[in-house]
Amino acid sequence: MVQKLDTLKESPSQTAGPYVHIGLTPNFSGITGVYESDLGTTMLGDAPKGERITITGRVLDGTGTPLRDALLEIWHADASGIYPGQDGADADVYGWGRCPTDMDSGTFRFDTIKPGAVKNRDGTPMAPHVTLWIVARGINLGLHTRMYFADEEAANDADPVLKRIEHQVRVPTLMGQPQGDGTYLFDIHLQGPGETIFFDI
Amino acid sequence: MTEKPSGLFHRDRGWHPPALTPLYKTSVKRSPAAAPIAMPSTLSEDTGPVFTRDILGPQDADLIHNFASDGQSAIGPRIIVYGRVLDETGRGVPNALVEVWQANAGGRYRHKKESYLAPLDPNFGGCGRVITDEQGNYEFRTIQPGPYPWPNGPNDWRPAHIHFSIFGRSFGQRLITQMYFEGDPMIWQCPIVGTIPSREAIETLVAALDMRRTVPMDARAYKFDIVLRGVRQTMFENRLEGL
Repeated sequence: MVQKLDTLKESPSQTAGPYVHIGLTPNFSGITGVYESDLGTTMLGDAPKGERITITGRVLDGTGTPLRDALLEIWHADASGIYPGQDGADADVYGWGRCPTDMDSGTFRFDTIKPGAVKNRDGTPMAPHVTLWIVARGINLGLHTRMYFADEEAANDADPVLKRIEHQVRVPTLMGQPQGDGTYLFDIHLQGPGETIFFDI
Repeated sequence: MTEKPSGLFHRDRGWHPPALTPLYKTSVKRSPAAAPIAMPSTLSEDTGPVFTRDILGPQDADLIHNFASDGQSAIGPRIIVYGRVLDETGRGVPNALVEVWQANAGGRYRHKKESYLAPLDPNFGGCGRVITDEQGNYEFRTIQPGPYPWPNGPNDWRPAHIHFSIFGRSFGQRLITQMYFEGDPMIWQCPIVGTIPSREAIETLVAALDMRRTVPMDARAYKFDIVLRGVRQTMFENRLEGL
């Protein structure tokens, strides 16, 4: 026998199920009067620095059908690459958003600003990106991915996370595609030929 | 020299349910087929939003009353659910946002896509939230939810459960799970519970009845601790070779 390590095991995940909206976006699900508003619907204060953007898309299953009961959260840095809570962060950039996919069309939408490059642990810059977390009925453990910006080619080419992906053919699945009006389209494919890269962080 | 956070403990994927669990049928077309790509956490996962108590209303942690008409309360066995949010190092996680949702005592959710024949309770909404104290403690009051049938196999039932969503300090710690009740035989029949590979792991989601914390003539109490991924602390500066 040896001494025991005093560590605990993480609580195992369970699916968010079909009624995740009741808990996380009750007003969206029609339960009004309990919380004033749903958390994560507003991502910006009055005067955030940076370019305004919209991130929109759908979450598609292995048959290409959009999920109409998924919920996404995103987290990103301010225009200078500083996360809320860090010294010098832009107080009008909240960085966090939560959005259920539309119950009919399956689309999600986040209105925010384009983040700047965040420093990697060794001090080198990562290309501008948004971290996403996706939960839904049928997803047993929340999925982590990133959206990079397809119009940041030079930065993307130098990004330490993108560079180490063995199957470079899959990297485009992480690219938000500019639509020309500040909107970036980012469809998430859970399965199938264009399956999005998910990360084991 | 002070300790510095330097990334998250790696997730033990053999402890969590795998993505593809055919007995839980919805997972079949919603599970990624490629392996997730491993990467050490960066600032993008080590940081996360912070929630403060000013978002909370006075009845947010009281599901018996937070949707009820004045003078009314939800129907069902009254319970207190309490516990701690910890991380894998055993430290309590202060200021963690805990959001819960559940069915009513008859096993019916208040949701437009819900079709179970059990009735809605006009005084029960089914959502609540609380922020942990400095030691990671939380507590809320509710009614014990009922079991209910769900479309999977021809006769699958969910055990009574409460859904939990937890924010720790890091976006990479984000977790959704479910709490079950001590002694419920339905736990061991459920295909969703059965997505978790080991009995040992499942048992960590079963809340214990705690008669010492009951409020006599009012409510019984269940204790449910939640463990989030640990944050690595080091006395030394990390120098990663590449990434």
